Amino acid sequence: MPATEQPTDVVRRRRPRARLVARYLLLTLGAVIVLFPVYMALVNSLLLPSQIAHQPPPLIPTNPQWHTYPDAWTGGHLGIYLRNSAVQTVIIVAGQLVTSILAAFAFAFLEFPLKKTLFIVFLMTLMIPFEVTVATNLTTVSSLGWFNSFPGLTLPFLATGFGVFLLRQAFLQIPRDLKEAAQLDGYGHLRFLWAVAIPLARPAIAALGVFSFLGAWNQYLWPLLVTGNDNSVRTVQIGLKQLLNTQLDQLNVSLAGTIIAIAPLIVLLVVFQKQLVRSLTAGAVK
Amino acid sequence: MARVHFANVSKRYGDVAAVDDLSLEVADGELLVLLGPSGCGKTTALRMVAGLEEVTEGSLMIGDDLVNDVDPKDRDVAMVFQSYALYPHMSVAKNIEFPLRQRKIETAERKQRALEAATTLGLEDLMDRKPGQLSGGQRQRVALARAIVRDPRVFLMDEPLSNLDAKLRVQTRGDIVALQRRLGTTTLYVTHDQVEAMTMGHRIAVMQGGRLQQVAAPQDLYERPANTFVATFLGSPGMNLIPARRQGDELVTPSGSLVVPAELSGIAPGEVTLGARPESLSLGTEGLRATVSLVEMLGAETQVHCKLEGGTTLVVRQGHDQVRPDLGHSVLVSVDPSSLHAFDAATGDRIEGSQ
Amino acid sequence: MRTRATRRHKDWALAYALLLPGLVIFSIFTFWPFLQNFKLALYQNPPYPGLPSTFVGLSQVGDVLSSVTFHQSLISTLLFVVMVVPTGLLGGLVLALAAHKALKGMAIFQVIFSSTVVTSVAVAAVVFGTLMDPVVGLLPWLGLDPHPAILSNPTWALPAVAVIAIWQFLGLSFIIMTAGLQSLPEEVLEAARLDGARAPTMFFRVTIPLLSPTIFFGLVVGFIYAFQSFGQIDILIGSQNAEFTHTNVLLFYIYRALSVQNDPGLAAVLSIVLFAILLSVTLLQFRFLERRVHYAGN
Repeated sequence: MPATEQPTDVVRRRRPRARLVARYLLLTLGAVIVLFPVYMALVNSLLLPSQIAHQPPPLIPTNPQWHTYPDAWTGGHLGIYLRNSAVQTVIIVAGQLVTSILAAFAFAFLEFPLKKTLFIVFLMTLMIPFEVTVATNLTTVSSLGWFNSFPGLTLPFLATGFGVFLLRQAFLQIPRDLKEAAQLDGYGHLRFLWAVAIPLARPAIAALGVFSFLGAWNQYLWPLLVTGNDNSVRTVQIGLKQLLNTQLDQLNVSLAGTIIAIAPLIVLLVVFQKQLVRSLTAGAVK
Repeated sequence: MARVHFANVSKRYGDVAAVDDLSLEVADGELLVLLGPSGCGKTTALRMVAGLEEVTEGSLMIGDDLVNDVDPKDRDVAMVFQSYALYPHMSVAKNIEFPLRQRKIETAERKQRALEAATTLGLEDLMDRKPGQLSGGQRQRVALARAIVRDPRVFLMDEPLSNLDAKLRVQTRGDIVALQRRLGTTTLYVTHDQVEAMTMGHRIAVMQGGRLQQVAAPQDLYERPANTFVATFLGSPGMNLIPARRQGDELVTPSGSLVVPAELSGIAPGEVTLGARPESLSLGTEGLRATVSLVEMLGAETQVHCKLEGGTTLVVRQGHDQVRPDLGHSVLVSVDPSSLHAFDAATGDRIEGSQ
Repeated sequence: MRTRATRRHKDWALAYALLLPGLVIFSIFTFWPFLQNFKLALYQNPPYPGLPSTFVGLSQVGDVLSSVTFHQSLISTLLFVVMVVPTGLLGGLVLALAAHKALKGMAIFQVIFSSTVVTSVAVAAVVFGTLMDPVVGLLPWLGLDPHPAILSNPTWALPAVAVIAIWQFLGLSFIIMTAGLQSLPEEVLEAARLDGARAPTMFFRVTIPLLSPTIFFGLVVGFIYAFQSFGQIDILIGSQNAEFTHTNVLLFYIYRALSVQNDPGLAAVLSIVLFAILLSVTLLQFRFLERRVHYAGN
């Protein structure tokens, strides 16, 4: 309920208190619903296999089996998968940042023929979901011999129309006077980009970075298709799929692996919440 | 140090001439003010000197170099922007050093020079601050320091005081003049504020509609405006213009006649536009018949607006101890003949031989 | 001394050089494959691998579009969207309203409510898969008969997957709704309060209309999110149950056409359909936004 004040009411003193309690109850209920599934995974990951199947399910691990975490890391291939995910994510984030910064700078600060047309071309990519390009991309990647390789895993994602759009907006916020002042002081376009434009657009660049990270880390369809049955570049998301098929006596370890797989993103969420929100709502505001 | 020379310079955007056939020389070491209303082409002229706008036609010289096609960075000019154009993410020290970093100057010397420039403007205690932590006046001084640190041949200033409050503007005006006189750097200063122009410039170039109207020392400009635009633009309020006709020894207006003063004996018979500054008019017992339409009391003086027959309004400046007529009353406006100006009724140009 | 023209040309060259990396990637991995779909759709796959595919014109398109499988896939997709989007948005709105007040601990609640946005489909599937498991899951505890397992039960499989998607969408929905609430003009709410509007009136007559652009944006985002969801289905139900038509949503159908049936022609036709649907939703959004901008301008 939206916050409203009751004007000059006798119950004014009592009702806000009741409302406050109600509000906190609602908030707590929401938090429980949101956290419960992951909490149960956490609990189950710390149980003995015999306890997991116990009914009713234990809600608190009375005898936490912490060894499931090192087991998950060393046993199976989780370590490799996590490394692969990290490599894949770093390549994609770095690639998207670089291509977006360069293109956005050209659109924001340079004059050249076909500028408008080319910008529309970049925006058009937002209209084409990746899923509808998968068929041919698979052929392309396999004909280049990039199946089961990091180039195959990452190349299609090294540019993003959204990133160009977001950073162009940020660059356009930089006063033109700064560009001209730098020009008079002998700074060429690229030096200006490095010394002034990038530092000033840092919030937007960070937002794009977080957004790219999230997208890259959580990718499912493409890694599933290009990593085939090969462990060497399989990402953790695809690895999780296998975890579900494990035996019951390994379920606690599998869930420990799942928790490990979310951990980097929880850190991302807590540290970069502002940037994340900014990028996710970029299309909504204005 | 160098002179700046515009020779028949034009800047056109399609059919629109922002600057039209400008010929003007800024002498070595001079502070020349480009004055005019907004859209008159003064900023475009300045930006052409900076190299931020290309010259469409004519030649632009800095010192002995033709700079039409020279990169801004190779022109050795420094500009102070209206917005100051400070880099928000850099400290004051870094901002001032910034122009030196592209010039292969050693770090130690760079720091030394930045400190000198900062000291000149009293910024030495603010070196670690970011622009966002400075007052408007301090930011303005950082912008100046960044301009002087390079020791350029020419300073270009684009309305550098317009973002300051009135009191600070007066003080900074004086500071810039003192700095310019001391450094002796040729300076082109753009403003729409005539008080700034009058108090700062060695000479003032008045522009209107892309064309240069007049270049002269402030006092000359005031006393001998080249045309009705300059006459009315300068002074607050500007010069009063009265349509008249010379008939024999008389200047006939709809509200009465004046005897042609000796100074204006050169004007030909026929239509003429007369000009009179508010301070050379007074309310008296003889002169042009008028009706008081507005009385503005400004403390030290009173400005009386009087409507002549035929609709022309004159502004009369009265001392605070002089009579203050009531609204709607009939008055007689007398003209000091020795300070009367005359302009061609058709072209608006000053008629030489007047005054 | 360089001339004006060469300087300008140098700027042009730089601009094109800066755009080149993006253009190359987009050309190879977005535009070309996208256009290829229109060609692939016209070719039928050979019955045995190794044979050349044959040109069949629009007949393949017609076959696919009129097939029962396709119709069932569309129905499953729409059912899935209808189950996920409104529920997810409403949940997000309720949480956003609850957390939209400067109170103690609100920052923690906001992080918690946003948190599902960072979970991947795989994580969500594994976590929920355990909870829905007939042996180790919660159903017996809740007093429900766990057999047959809900994920292999034609009636309950799609709703079960939808629950996972709703949970995952809740974070994004909360973030969008919170941003919308924060952008509400405070003066308008203030004025309504001064006019003596009571809480329910305020909510339905002032807050919700003001929030309508946000809700619309949420609808579009949710629609696209739901259309692109298939990982939960792949992980929990799998393509072994190829005849499991009730969860054969469009994207899963495309994935199966590619990886199980090895039928790029079929995948291409389905891709074009998917594109057409998503494009019309996006265009709808643009038109709506345009109108809004227009209003705001007046």
